[in-house]
Parts: sequence; C-alpha cells; structure tokens
Amino acid sequence: MPDTASRPGRLEQDALRLRVIGDWTLPHYARLRDAVAGVHAESVDLERLGELDTSGAALLVDLLGPDTVRDVAQWAPNLPAERQALLRAVADASRTPLSAPLGPDKGLLAALAALGQIVEQLARQQLQLIAFIGLTLSTLLATLATPRRWRITSLVAHVQQTGLNAIPIVALLTFLVGAVVAFLGATVLREFGATIYTVNLVTYSFLREFGVLLAAILLAGRTASAFTAQIGSMKANEEIDALRAQGLDPIELLVLPRVLAMTISLPILALIGMLSGMLGGALVCALALDIPPNQFLAILQRDIPLRHFLVGMIKAPLFAFLVAVIGCLEGFKAKASAQSVGEHTTSSVVQSIFMVILLDALAALFFMEMGW
Amino acid sequence: MNQRGEAIVEIRGLVNRFGQHVVHDGLDLDIRRGEILGVVGGSGTGKSVLLRSIVGLKRPDGGTIRVFGEELQRLPSAQRARVERRFGVLFQRGALFSSLNLQENVALPLIEHAGLSQADAERLARVKLALAGLPPGAARLNPAELSGGMIKRAALARALALDPEVLFLDEPTAGLDPIGAAAFDRLLLTLRDALGFSVFLVTHDLDTLYSSCDRVAVIANKRILVADSLPVVEDTDDPWIRDYFHGPRGRAASQAARHHSSPNGEER
Repeated sequence: MPDTASRPGRLEQDALRLRVIGDWTLPHYARLRDAVAGVHAESVDLERLGELDTSGAALLVDLLGPDTVRDVAQWAPNLPAERQALLRAVADASRTPLSAPLGPDKGLLAALAALGQIVEQLARQQLQLIAFIGLTLSTLLATLATPRRWRITSLVAHVQQTGLNAIPIVALLTFLVGAVVAFLGATVLREFGATIYTVNLVTYSFLREFGVLLAAILLAGRTASAFTAQIGSMKANEEIDALRAQGLDPIELLVLPRVLAMTISLPILALIGMLSGMLGGALVCALALDIPPNQFLAILQRDIPLRHFLVGMIKAPLFAFLVAVIGCLEGFKAKASAQSVGEHTTSSVVQSIFMVILLDALAALFFMEMGW
Repeated sequence: MNQRGEAIVEIRGLVNRFGQHVVHDGLDLDIRRGEILGVVGGSGTGKSVLLRSIVGLKRPDGGTIRVFGEELQRLPSAQRARVERRFGVLFQRGALFSSLNLQENVALPLIEHAGLSQADAERLARVKLALAGLPPGAARLNPAELSGGMIKRAALARALALDPEVLFLDEPTAGLDPIGAAAFDRLLLTLRDALGFSVFLVTHDLDTLYSSCDRVAVIANKRILVADSLPVVEDTDDPWIRDYFHGPRGRAASQAARHHSSPNGEER
C-alpha cells in the first residue's frame, strides 16, 4: 500500500480511469459526497486509497452501485481482505433501496385537517375524562363495601406527600397574596376614606375564593404532575400490565389512594390557605393602616357570616377530585417514551389548572345568583 | 492498519467498591486489538461494573485503566471525549433514546461528533442500520415499537455509528430466541472481520462464547481467574469453571460448536 499519512480523500480522473485517492473517512464525508454526487463509474482504481471506514465505503457504493462493489475481488484483487469484506458488507447493506422520507403536507387543506384533528382530540379527551371519573367512582363504591380492600397505608403515605409536605409552600404563598390584596385594598379604598373595609376585602376574598383556589392551583402544579409522572413511568416499565396480569385492579391500587388522599388534603390545605392569607392581610392592616389585630378579629367576627367560609370549603373536595383524576388519567395515557411522559405531565398540569379555574368561575356565578 | 494483537486497553490492579462491598480487588486484564474477548462470571461478580469502569462511567477506587495508552480518568475533559469517541457501547437493555426514531438515534453521534448535516447523517445511519441487519422500513420506527432482537440490533448500529475501535457489549444476546442469538453472533463476527474493531463482550450465553470469542476471561473472587483461549479456560482447575463449562449446558454448547466447527476455531 502507498504512504497513507492523513490526506483528505478525493476523486481524480486521469486518461484511463477514475482514481480514488487519500482517506475516505467520516471527517471528509461532506466534501466527498459532493465529489461523488452526479458521477457514476463502472470501475475505479483503489491503488492509492488511504484509510477507509463505513462512511467512505457507503460513498464508494453510491459511486459504483452495490453490484459492482459486491464483486470488488475481481476488479481490485490487491485490496487487503478486510477492506474487501468491509466493502462487501456495506454493499449488501445498501442493496435494499432506502425508503425516501415522507414530506410533511402543506397548504390550506392540511391546516384545516389539523384543526379538525385538534378539535376531535379535545372532545375525545373530555369524554375520556368523564369515563375515567365514572370508572373511579364505581371502583370506589365497590371498594367501600369491603374494608379489607381499603389501602390505608398507601392512603396515609399519599396524604403525607400531597398534604403535609405541601403545607409550607401553601402557607407562604397565601400569606404573600393576602398581604398584596390588603395593599391593593388600602390603595383603592383610601380615596373614599374607607380603608377599614380592607378587612372585609381580605376576608371575603380569602374565605370565598383565594384560599381554596390558590391551594388547588398549587396542588395541580405540585401533585397532578407527580401523579402523571409516577403512573406514566410505571406504564412505560410495564408495571401496570403486571398488575393487570396478576388480576389486580390498577384503579383500585393506584388511583383510589391518590384521589382519596387529595380529597382529604386539599380541604385542609384550603383552610390553612385561608388562615394564612388573612394573617398576611392582618399584618398589612396593622403595619400600614393602623388597624390592630384585635380590631381585625372583631370586624371578622361581627361582619362576616359563616356561609362565606362554607362556600369556599365546599369547593375544595371537588377541585381535589378533579385535579387527582386528571393527573392519574394523563399518566395512564402516556406511552413508553421519555417524551410522551413529559408531554402528558405538561398536559395534566395545564388541564387541571384550567378545570379548577373554570369550575371556580361557574361556582362563583352560581353562588351569586343564589345570593349565598 | 495497526498491529493485530497489541493491547489497546490495559487494566492493572483495578479496585472497585460500593461502600463496604468490594467488587474488584486487584483485577488485571488486557483487551487486544481485533479480538473478541468474552467476559463471564457468576451473577453479581462485577462484569457490568468492569465494563462501566473501562468506558469511564464509574470512577475506579484504585488501580489504573489505560485506553490506547492513556489513562482516561486523568485526561482533561476535551481530550477524554476524543478518546471516548473511539468506544462503542451497547447497554444491556439497549438504552435507545425513546423520543427519537431509529435513524435519529444512530444519526445523533454523527451530527454531534462528526459534524454531518442532518440529511447526510440520516443517510449514513440507514446504512448502519442495514449493516446491523435491520430492514429498511425500520429506520423510522420508534424504539417502543421494536421487538427485543430489533432493539439489540438498533443499539448495535448506534454503537457502530462512529466506526469505533473497541465495542463494549453488555449481554447482547440475553433475551433473544436461540435463532436470533445465533444470527447476532454471526453478525458480530462478520462486522468484526469487516470493520476490524475489538470487542469486549459480557455474556452468559455459552453458545456465544463458543461461536465467536477469541479469548475468554473469567471473573471470580474479585479478580480475573484466567483469560485465555477457550480450551485453556475449560481445562483450568477451578470448581466454578468446571461447573460452568462442564455442566449440562456447557457440554451441549461445546459439542454444538465442535459440530459446526466455528470459523473462529481454526483461526487462532
């Protein structure tokens, strides 16, 4: 073999034959491909070939066609045996035509079709959600009758994860929002000389809306995503199939403890949210408006009926149930890839926050019409 | 072409431990250029840990590992990446990137390391997939849609993407049916002869040992008991080796190999 100090590969046409010269290797691939493009040869001279790897061999196959390369022993008998074997292997691999990539459809029709698909998908998603809620409720009823099937350990563990561990962040967040609402009230009401009503603003908003809403949104981000990722990766690992194959019900084992734990946790967190929000408001009232805490408490006791608290609390279990069910359902929908688990986790957070806010708006409308 | 037979990986006095549990203690082993080295040992004797130490996924607790004459752990990261590019690794469960289809899986190292354009890389990737014995239609499938045998082949194609000089295979035939496993063994031999790489092969498959390995290393008692050609290893006086090679399965595989007289047997 001639001297093979690293030389970029090239093609050279002399009087008699096409010569293949230098290293036909991966680093030179892009340039060599341009050189090979459009050239077709019956045979080449490989005497001055340097290094050769699979990418170079693939280019030679492009140049000569797989059948010619397959017979390399006949036209290049001096080539070392392992080179011949490499060329033959790549020629065999390239013999079956490689499928052409499918171009994406373009145009108005394709856009309309995509829109239609999205709408249908959304409708299906809601249908699936309703079906899954039904399945969960019917499993719950069946399980209630037989205490032996209550998963107390799992339930308590989930209450700790979703409820107890979320207390600090819920308390901090509602405290800050309470302070902000009080500041807003103070600023707006000062112009009317009615800053004392800041107390009513803070307590009304937290008892009726913000306490439960903020807690629910936090749990949607914190726990619904966790449920989706847990169940999604179990599904990717075929654990759900393993449960089913053993005659165990994944709804009963995985979904019920999570849904029940959420339904227990969220009302408690909502209560903590209300208290902590009002504490934030009271602090601002005391520091910025000269309304001492005992006066704040007196107004709270005198002016705010209990029904506002009940209106807020009654929403908590409903939100909790929806958030947990959406989180679990999205987990079951995930496929066996990292990307799919990620997509469904995103989708579960977006859906559950959307549902919580939508329901809250509807509930506000309803309670207002009822005069509660 | 470099001299066949020179050691390209030299392991001297390797120590690996997890907490109190010592896995390797003073382990010595060479991988020579162009050979297929089979590594066997009971479950939990640290075959996979040895593989992970060589490719740099686990930092050894003692001893040296020289790869192409350089100690990987001491190199600055850029130089280290250049050495690691000369490795191909096939993980036990394939470890294909689940969010990419097969040709994208193989094209990724070509785009990242060789700087090819997406179209060039995917074209080359399809050649590699075909080399690994996959049908052309498989190029756009996702890993989740594949059978166990196809996953192994696709993972082999990805390991071969950059034309590595050493290929590390962790139980490549585990979970394959006997026909698929035999086809994989043949494929490995064909590719080794064509591409000239060395292979470090962790396996439990006796048929693979008899049909494709040039040398076999046995791990026991935290070090390499023996590393030599199969006949020598078979005759080593050690209870574990006797049970392994002269048990019912070992005898069957040995007879089958003699019957077919593997192309490799005569070569050495």
